[in-house]
Parts: sequence; C-alpha cells; structure tokens
Amino acid sequence: MAETLTEDIKFIVFQLKEKEYAIPVNKVNSIEKIEHITRVPGLTPYVKGVINLRGVVTPIIDLRLRFGLDEIKYTESTRVIIISFDDMEVGLIVDAANDVIDVNMNSIEPQPEVVGVEEAEYISGVAKIDKRLLILLDLEKILNRDEIRSDSKIEG
Amino acid sequence: MELNQYLEVFIEESKEHLQSCNERLLDLEKNPEDINIVNDIFRSAHTLKGMSATMGYEDLASLTHQMENVLDAIRNHKLSVTPEILDVVFQAVDDLEAMVFSIADGGDGKRNVTEVVEKLKLIEKGESPLQVQSQAEAAATTTAAESTTSTFKSEYDEFEYTVLEQSKEQGFEAYEITIALREDCLLKAARVYMVFEVLEKVGEVIKSTPPVDQLEEEQFDQEFTVSIVSKENQEDLKKIIMKVSEVEKVEINAISLGDIRNKQETTEASSEEESKKTVEATTNSDVPVETEQKKQTSTTKQASNKTIRVNIERLDILLNLFEELVIDRGRLEQISNDLKNQELHETVERMSRITGDLQNIILNMRMVPVETVFNRFPRMVRQLARDLGKKVNLEIIGAETELDRTVIDEIGDPLVHLIRNALDHGLETPDVRKANGKHEEGTVVLKAFHSGNHVFIEIDDDGAGIKKQKVLEKAIKNGIINEQTASTLTDKEVFELIFASGFSTADKISDVSGRGVGLDVVKNTIESLGGAISIESREGKGSTFSIQLPLTLSIISVMLVEIEKEKFAVPLSSIIETAIVKKDEILNAHNQKVIDFRGKVVPLLFLKDIFQVPSQEEEDEFYSVVIVRKGDKMAGLIVDSFIGQQEVVLKSLGNYLTNVFAISGATILGDGQVALIVDCNALIK
Repeated sequence: MAETLTEDIKFIVFQLKEKEYAIPVNKVNSIEKIEHITRVPGLTPYVKGVINLRGVVTPIIDLRLRFGLDEIKYTESTRVIIISFDDMEVGLIVDAANDVIDVNMNSIEPQPEVVGVEEAEYISGVAKIDKRLLILLDLEKILNRDEIRSDSKIEG
Repeated sequence: MELNQYLEVFIEESKEHLQSCNERLLDLEKNPEDINIVNDIFRSAHTLKGMSATMGYEDLASLTHQMENVLDAIRNHKLSVTPEILDVVFQAVDDLEAMVFSIADGGDGKRNVTEVVEKLKLIEKGESPLQVQSQAEAAATTTAAESTTSTFKSEYDEFEYTVLEQSKEQGFEAYEITIALREDCLLKAARVYMVFEVLEKVGEVIKSTPPVDQLEEEQFDQEFTVSIVSKENQEDLKKIIMKVSEVEKVEINAISLGDIRNKQETTEASSEEESKKTVEATTNSDVPVETEQKKQTSTTKQASNKTIRVNIERLDILLNLFEELVIDRGRLEQISNDLKNQELHETVERMSRITGDLQNIILNMRMVPVETVFNRFPRMVRQLARDLGKKVNLEIIGAETELDRTVIDEIGDPLVHLIRNALDHGLETPDVRKANGKHEEGTVVLKAFHSGNHVFIEIDDDGAGIKKQKVLEKAIKNGIINEQTASTLTDKEVFELIFASGFSTADKISDVSGRGVGLDVVKNTIESLGGAISIESREGKGSTFSIQLPLTLSIISVMLVEIEKEKFAVPLSSIIETAIVKKDEILNAHNQKVIDFRGKVVPLLFLKDIFQVPSQEEEDEFYSVVIVRKGDKMAGLIVDSFIGQQEVVLKSLGNYLTNVFAISGATILGDGQVALIVDCNALIK
C-alpha cells in the first residue's frame, strides 16, 4: 500500500455499526445501491452471493459478517462499494457510504494494540482527522481467498 | 517508434507467409519437379525478407536471404530437390517461425541461426557444380529483385519476368498498355472489366497496376496500366481497346526484356544463367502462363471476400456490451407487457428481432475456421513420420468448418496429442504393414464437420487398432481395474480405459508419445470445453477418435429450473430428459433414493439439499426430475419446477470466487438477476 507517501490521498469513508472506515479511492470502482443478490451455495456466510453489475457477475461480501458483527436488515442507506484489488472485483456491503476525505499520509498511525476485536486483523492503520477516527482497511486480508475455501469445507 | 503501428501487421503477415512456405514445401516434397511451387515459396520468402529488413530484424532477413539462395538454385535447376535439402529448409522455416514468435511476444527476434545458415550454404556449394557462379548469381538476382526501379510504369518481379521471357520465345509480343478512362465515366469497374475481357481474348494479361482487386473497387483515378502478352500488333490492340466505350486514351509500349534486365542491374553471369534456365524451362512453358491466369482469377475471388483484422479483445467488449443490451431488452419486454401499450409493444418486438440478428452476427464474428489449427499438422506429421520411419499420408477434410475462437485456442494441443498417438501407436511400420497385406503407406484422416449445435473432429487411422487384451492386462497391472470387472467390460469401456491417468500401452517408450501422461489430459481438456471424446477401434483395421465440441463457449442452451425462489440453469448438453415422478415411485437402495427410469436405476439428487436452499419443509406428492448424464452414468436432479429452455450467455463468477462446488458459472436473466449454472459433471461421481 501507499503509506510511504507524504501527500494527501483521497479515501472513501463508510459506516459500519457507528464506526467509520476508509478505503483509498483508487481501489474503489463505484458505489451502488443494494439490489437482488443471488446466493451462491457452499460458501462461507459472509459471502452473500453475486450480483449483476452492469453485465458483470460480481461477488458480494457482507462486511458486518466478515468482521464478526451482527447482521442487520438492509435499509435505504445500505450501499455496495465495488472495489477492485489484485485482479478481483468484489462488492462490500456497508451500512452507509457518503463521504470522500483527503487524508495526509503523515496522519496515519499504525493500528493501536487492542485486544480481542475480530476486525483488528483487517485493519492496516488509523487516521485522525479533526475529531473523526477513520479505520483504514487492509483489502488484501479482507479478500483473502483461502478462508472462503477452508470455511466452505468445514461447512459442507 | 513509428514502426510500432506496423508491427502487428508485420507479425500477422509473416506468420501467413511462413505458413504458406510450410504448405508449399510439403507440396514440393510430393512433386519435386514442379518449379511453380518453388517459385511460390521463393516469393513468400522474398516478401518476408523485404518486410523483416524494413522492420529492422536483421537475423530474420539474413536467414531468409540464405534460404532464398537455395530456393533460387533449385528453380534454376542447379539443385534438385532431395529430402535432405527439404529438411534443412524446413529447419530454416522453423527458425524463422521461432523468431517471428519471439517478436510477437515482445522479444527482439534475435536467434542463433549460424548452424542452419551454414547448412544452407553447404547445400548451395556442395550440390552445385557451378558453386562460385551460383552464389554470385543468387546474390545478384536477389539484390536485383529488391532494387527494381524502372522507367516502366509497372515493376516486374522474377516470376513475371520469366513469363514474359518465355512468351517472347514463343513468338508473343509483350506490351504495356496504359488506358485512361473518360473523366465522367460512372462505372469505372465495369469498364475495367470490359477492357480485361477484350484483352484476354487476344492475349494473356500478366500484370496490372494497380492490382486487379483494387481496380475492381475503383481504387484508381482515371488511368491504369496492364501488361499483356499477345500476338496482335500494337495498332490492332489499340483499336480493340478503343471499342470499349468511355475509354479516353490508349497508350501502348512494347516491353523489351533487355530494358527490364538492365534496370535490374544484373551482372553478365546471371543473364547467362537466366537464358540457360529459359532453355530448360521452355519445354513446359505453357504451364506458368496458365498458373498466372489462375492467380488472376483467385485474386478476383478474394476481392469479393474482403476482411479486416480486429483484435479479439474488441470483439469481447462488443459481446459484453451487447449482452447488456439483451438484458435491457428483457426489461423492456417486461415493461411493455405490463403497460399493454400497442405501439410500445410493437417497437419492443421489432427491437427484439433486430437484437436477435445482431447476436447472430456478433457470435459469427468470433467464429474461426479450424484450418487455423489444422494447417500446422501436415508439417508435424511429415517430421514425425520421418522420425519414426513410417510412411504416412495425412488427409484433411472439412478444414473450413468454423468454431468459436476460444474453442480453437484450446483444441490445438489435444489434437497434436491424438495425431502423435495415431502415428506412433496406431500406424505400423512399412514392413509390418506389408506383411499384413496393407498398403505400405498408412493413412491418417483428420476430419471436421458440423452436426446440430456441435462440431465433430475425427482422427481416423488405418493402423493396428487397439488391442483389447493388451489394454486390459495393462489396466489390471496398473491397478486401474481389477480382474473381476475386467471380464464384464464392453469393448467401449475397455477403450475408455486408455484415458485413465497412468496408462500407456506402447511396448517401447519413444519420445514421441508413450509416457502415459496425456490421453487423460486430452480427455480433461475436451471435457472442460464442454465436449466429449469417444473411441472406435477394430483390431488390425485402425481406430477412430471422435471429439464432439460445442459451437461456442459463450452462449449455451440451458434449462432453467426453480428451487424455492432461486433459479438455476442446467446445461441442455447434459440433460437427457425431464420427468415428473410420483413420490411412491421412489425406491431406497443403500441409503440412496433411486428411481426406475426406462428400465435403468437412476440415483436421485435433491438439489435443495446440495445447494442448501433455505426452504420451508413442504412435501409434494410429485417430484420434478431432470435426468442428466455424464458419460454413461446418469442421475436425476430433483427441483421444484421447470421454467423452460433458454439461450444464455455464460459468465464466470469472477476471480474472487473460484472452484465453487457444482457451479460452473453464472448467467444474467432477462429480469437482470443472476442465475447460477449447475455443473452436472461435478454432481455425478
């Protein structure tokens, strides 16, 4: 990732259970409203299935489930953030996404040593902007594919 | 680099020229006396040399040059064609091919070719009694051909020159006729045609500038030039042409061969050679003129069948965009059905029809004749036959059969493998064949043809066939089957065994084939393409490998089924039929529910359980069953209801989701939703 740079980088900010998370804007293809998801059998629960994204079949991950949070009903503000990473195109379901913020790379700190939170392992750092605390996500870990397979083996 | 934009064209054309070299060399091997073939090869090589020199690929140019020298010696009857010479020339073509491919892959096209160059030089010297002279001559003619600048409007290559020369010796006069059409002439192509017609009545048209195909498309201003050999005199010719209406002016110049020669800066020695060549060639001098005429007609045919090169990626993008259009069309159809507006309904219906036609066109654009795969085989078979010491005649039938580009790309390797097998294991050596009362030369037939929604490719040899007993022994020895099952197998099942991995029946392992890795790979590749392979064989008579392939991979016919609220697509190619069975018809056998289907016991698979479809337990009195097959095995998939048959566009689930159990892909339905495609092969063990 681009932590070594000292300039401003734009981040997409989204909400997940009252916390704010951020993904670099250059990894984000688009932000979509939630539509019909086709379930794909035999996968770990956080992979909700696939959607038709303008003719491309795109897998969808529910970030709440991915982080071990409780699932909620999708609302009007629920969004799917389509990211592309390492040749993969994947949609992330989040509670809401409505902000783009410039983050100076100097203001990013490594993740604080917190105990026991499952989401901690998917965090690459935190950034403090004014009074907001943004949690920067490590996409590589979120999209780790070994887990889908091993999970699915346990399941089925 | 400015040359970059031509690189792609250069690569494509080089490949074409090399391919034609290969093909003509094989022809030459069959008819070593035919100088026309040598001329063809020479021309291909010459063009290649010119192109590669322009593009700055020196190694390529120098090797082609050396090859040209040998070819030149052959056509000047200084060398006679022997298999040894051809071997070296083939080797040179191989090297050239390797260089072109290296360029195509972004390399510099450099390669160590000294060995081949040495061999070519040796051939040139060793076989030719006029060694020094021949080399000088060869060098002279090649440089000469390159630097043709003449006061004539047309330039003549070596071949055309020869034709001119021979005609002169037979008492024909050669003329260069410049014809100007009237400025207000409307149908220029028609006038050109008429001019050619009258000219062909009085003589032979050798060349035209611009070329015939351009003339036919009216790609010239008012003037064009035709070179002709004829017995008529200048005045008569002029009168004849002026009879064609709308011809403004006719200018006729007699062509003197000396002039052309001088322009080509040829040395004394070479013209001696040249005249010697003509003396030898005049005996059958009618032949080249005839072929020239044939060439003319063939260019005319090509002109009506114009093509452009399009990057396959662009076609994929086009197909993708079109798929989106199809999805929107589906939505529109739904809306118009709901609104019941007559006008809207008609418009949507019209649009549906047009998009249907569009779909056919786009899919057809991706179709490529299997020729592109087949044309490398004659070469391979020749080499193999020599290596194995066998005599083989390869027949290719149906090379024009078209297949989707993606299938074409995949099918090459399996076919190579099967042909190698046919040659190595199938065909016997000449003496064995003789002893068995067969013709010394074995025949391998490679045949492609359409049938329904499939393309079949068959590889048929008249060799020894598969020895059933040997296969069985081997399979038992390798632990693929046990002796008990061995006795119950049918012929077909026995042949199927050779597709099992770790199997090889050849007594001696050769480097051609026979390591036992392979046929299972062949089978897997073909099945992953949605195809199937089967064998027929009769001991002592030969065997036939038959490959069945889908026409296209991007659009498949499926049966849509519903399980609760979820829709799944089952490929029609694996469906035998659908049935509704009563609950009490289901039997239990070893914890497995089965039905009796037309006298066969078919195990049932509850898709609801396999795909973990969330459902309310609600037992039906009747089950909807889709009977599917994999090879000879069958299974019944239990679904909630059948929706119907549909053509769908096959899509992958993306790079994130790979290896999902029993799902081979997805498709987008008319309502914009994604339906998963069931992989029946994974469901049947």
